[in-house]
Formats: sequence, C-alpha cells, structure tokens
Amino acid sequence: MDKVLFGDNQFFAVNHASDEKARAQSVRFKEDKAIMKVLDDAIDLGINTFMCTTHDRIANICDIIRANPDRYKNFNIYPCMPYAHKYANAVTELGIIGTIKQYVPGNIFGTFAKGGLAFVNKDFIKLMELLIDAEMKMFKGINTPVIFIQNVIVDMILGLKMYDVFKAYDEYIRKKYNAEPGYITMNMPALLDVLNSLGIENPIICSSINKIGFRMSGGIELYEKYLNEKQFRPIAMQVLAAGALRPKEAIQYLEKFPNIESVLFGASSKGHIQETKELIESVI
Amino acid sequence: MIKGAVIGLGKMGLSHAAIVGAHPEVDMVAVCDASSLILDAFKKFSQVHTYNDYQEMIKKENPDFVVIATPTRFHYPMVKYALENGKHVYCEKPFSLHAYQGEELVQLAQSKGLVNQVGYHNHFIGTFRELKRLLQAGVLGEIVHFTGEAYGPVVVKEKGGTWRSKPEEGGGCLYDYASHVLNLVQEIIGRPVEASGSQLKSIYSKGVEDAVYCSLKLENGISGQLAVNWSDETHRKMTTSLTIIGKNGKIICDATEMKIYLKEPVKKEGLEQGWTTKYITDFAIPVNYYLRGEEYSAQIDNFIDCVVNNKQSDYNTFEQGLYTDKVVEMIIEDAKK
Repeated sequence: MDKVLFGDNQFFAVNHASDEKARAQSVRFKEDKAIMKVLDDAIDLGINTFMCTTHDRIANICDIIRANPDRYKNFNIYPCMPYAHKYANAVTELGIIGTIKQYVPGNIFGTFAKGGLAFVNKDFIKLMELLIDAEMKMFKGINTPVIFIQNVIVDMILGLKMYDVFKAYDEYIRKKYNAEPGYITMNMPALLDVLNSLGIENPIICSSINKIGFRMSGGIELYEKYLNEKQFRPIAMQVLAAGALRPKEAIQYLEKFPNIESVLFGASSKGHIQETKELIESVI
Repeated sequence: MIKGAVIGLGKMGLSHAAIVGAHPEVDMVAVCDASSLILDAFKKFSQVHTYNDYQEMIKKENPDFVVIATPTRFHYPMVKYALENGKHVYCEKPFSLHAYQGEELVQLAQSKGLVNQVGYHNHFIGTFRELKRLLQAGVLGEIVHFTGEAYGPVVVKEKGGTWRSKPEEGGGCLYDYASHVLNLVQEIIGRPVEASGSQLKSIYSKGVEDAVYCSLKLENGISGQLAVNWSDETHRKMTTSLTIIGKNGKIICDATEMKIYLKEPVKKEGLEQGWTTKYITDFAIPVNYYLRGEEYSAQIDNFIDCVVNNKQSDYNTFEQGLYTDKVVEMIIEDAKK
C-alpha cells in the first residue's frame, strides 16, 4: 500500500465536526469535474491511491478514469462498501426485505434468477456476494487492489458476533476480485482479536488513530498497545480528529507507531494536499 | 453478567442488538422478530436464541431486561407484558401511540421499580448536553425565543411503503422525526404546554405528513417554533438543531457543533464577546463499542448501568417519553382546527 491514501469525505459533504462546512463542500463539489480537478491535483503531487465509498457519483469518476487510460494507468482505487446512507434511508422507508429487493440485482422473486434463488434459499452468503458484485460494478477495468467494508457493517457484524460473515467476505474478495480485503472500524482492538480468532492473519485495518482518542473505542491506551504489539497492517484515519488537532502535531503523533503502513486523509486545496502529504511522508 | 434480549430487528433493533451484544456486562440471550429471514440470519451466524413470539421468549429466557424496537403500535402490549413480568425495559421512540396507554406503562414501571428508558438518543450527544448546561448557567440571559429543526432525506419520492406511511400506526414525520426535536425542546428548554398554527404537510407521502411546522409555548413562558421536514434531500442524513435566542446573544447547536454569540462575555464559562464555536470532539461521550455514533452506545450503556446498579435513569424515562407523546397529540389536535 502507498503511504498516503487520498480520501473522499470532502467530496460528499461528510465533515465530522461541522454540518455547515459539510454543506459548503457539497456546493463546491456539485460538478464531477470539480472532484476530478482535486484528484488530478493529488495525482500531480504523487498520490496514486484514492480510497472512496461506493457512492453513485464515484461511478462518474470511474468513467473519466476509464476514458483516459494513459493518464490513470498507475492510479488505484480502494473501494469502501457499501455507501451506508443509501441503505439506511431505504431501510427506514422500505424495511429490510424491501431494501434487499431494491438492491439485489435481478428479480429476487424470480426463482431462476441468481438473486431469487439465494433469497428463497436464505443463502445469506450468496446474497452478500451479489451485493458486493453490484457495488463493484462501477470499478470494472480499474485497479482495485484492496477492497474495504465500511465501519458501520464491520462494527455491526462485530457486535452481533456474526463472525463467519467476515470469513466469507475475506474469501470472496480474494477469490473473485483477486484483491486484499480491508476492514474499516471504530473498534480496532476488538476487531483484530476476532479476525485473528478466525484465522485471518495480518489483516488490513483502517481505524481512527489520533492523539486525543477521538472515535477510538476501547480507549487510546488499548489502541496504542495493539499498534505496538500486534501484527496487522494499520491504516490511520481521522488523524486530525475531525479538525480538533493541527496537522503537524496530529501527524507527529503517528511517528510513535512504526507499524502504521498508510495514512488516509482528504483535502480540497492543492497546497493543503501537498503539506499533509509531506508531513505524512516525513513520519511514516 | 446480566441477561438481555431484543424485540424487533429493524434498523434500530439490529443496531441495539449489536450494542447490547458487544456490552461486556451483558449476555444477549435472545432476539425476537416477525421476519423469518432475519431470524434465520441470527440462527445461522450467531449463538443467540431466536423467537417470533415475544411472550414465549420472555418466559423461556427470563432475561433481566428487554430492548423493544418494534413499530410503535406494538410498544404498549410488549412493554406492558415485559413490565408485568418484572423485566427492565428500554423502548424505542416514540413511546406510545396514545397517551392513556403511555400513562399506564409509566405507572406500571414506577410501581414495580423497574428501570425504564426511551430511545431519544440526542440527549447522549455531547453538544446538546453542553447546550443544556450553558442555558442552566444562564449564559444567554433571559431567553426570548427558540427554533427547533430537523431535516433529512427519508421520503424523497412518491411511493407507498411500510407502517411508517400509516398515521394510525405511528408513521409520518411528526412521530418519527419531529418527536426528536420536541423531546429536545422539552428537556433542554422547557415542557411545551400549547401548540398553535400547526401545519402537517404531505409532500410525497400519501396518508401521512412529510413536514411539521408549528408554534410552541412552554410551561416557563418561553415560546418558539418547530420546523421539521423529512423530505429534504439537501441533507445527507438527519440533521437536528436548536437555535436559542436570549437577551445576551444566541446559541445554534447541532450534533456536531455549537455556535455561540454573546453580547457580553461570560467569564466563568470562558466565553468571550462575539462568536465562539465549540466542536463535538470536545464533548463526545467515550464508549467502549462504537456503532453509528457515540450516542447510540452511550444510551444503552446508561440503561445497562442503571439495571446493574439498580437505580433509575436520569435521562429519557418513560415519563419523559410520554410527555413528548402528549405534545405530539397537542400538535395533531391543533392541526385539525
């Protein structure tokens, strides 16, 4: 993995500290070309990995990338699925079965369709695979060497103790997409213990890692212990703790943990991207 | 270890089940739902026992507490049965469909001395707690007006759906979205005693309102306005805010930040004249297990803590939930005028 991973929250009105800033971002990135401009800036600065949710608008970005193979031949996307709000809003309105009907491709009540058969047989793993395929469709022809599941799903499976789902996900991503499975979580120590217990060794885990312990459930001490003592491939996110920390002190904190492989961050201005990238590369 | 069980496995029920399941002091013994699809997933992937009959579950499993996250019309019979059988109860919001039923449940819980809590999670968001503290400290001086708002993209096109589109079952924006804001107003500023100019507007839904607008008068004499719309796709997810105007300035508070403007500084709070912005990062309640937001874990942690230590909750009691139901009824009555 690259040391610097470029994130997408800024493009989709996600700001963990301010709804108002989030709204301003959504105005700025109304057009896909505004997103592409920032991505191009990042690429020009030597960033080659974009870690993004499977938001509908990413499909448009993928179209642009496919249409310019020379420019983007070394460019990687790490998809993070699913775009949870899409499903969450659908569940409120349609219920869980209604949501499955809406998003599993094909008619799930047609027993001859793949999805229909999986639904009738209550073959949950097959349903999961179909949903993964539906989310991955937009990335066809693009390098996706690591594929993540979003924290809301990872952490729900963790809480419900439905651990075999991790195993099935892990196997499917490796087999079907020839990619490395990744996990985003707000509960890193608990997740690592579970993955190890399933025989999933040295997993890629993306979690909040910051000096003030923001969104580090289980506590900062436990996180630091795991970062120092356990074997896994950590990606640090929310390093700035949603803007509560200044970039320099925030990134210097990471220096204590040589095991951290990559840092995920998002920014909108070229100057900001350059500054953060250089800071990260100076400590990782 | 205490034993817990969850009834109703929709979006909130699954979330609660995960939080209860991850709690170090709880053994989640069983779940109950009407959908065999969901129950089969639990059977296949987890160790918990599954039921489609909540009475049977409560009898056989004998849990210390139950979490009830079913559609609102089931709250009354389920909460009643659980309380009668001596179970502590955490119930999703809104609490009851009819205030007289809610009254009965409040009395039953009190007479049995059982822990009772309703799922108004905003009280477990640090910014709203800080807002309440600052108002009690009097930083705004005399309060002259408030605005309570919530917007989000739940129903953004015309199409029928689930129980949420049936008013008699507790569907609609008033019960679902506006109740959150009413409950915040009630606990942070004061209890509403009168609703006027109420408008329940359908935008895309048939049969239920998608937006609620009204004026509210509180028991302490303060008045203000409510504006809630769940058909607003300019918001990525539900956004809830309170704006409070006092003689010494104003505070705009949501789940992520608090913007404070003061005419005169308030030294004891370290608040200067003019604008100050405070962020959730300073106020988030630390949790051991996180799913979708600290507040969802923090409210369950609070409930479990009360059960374990045999004490009543300071937040979101049935009585508080019932009062919000009464305000909902006030608005419905006023809208008919």
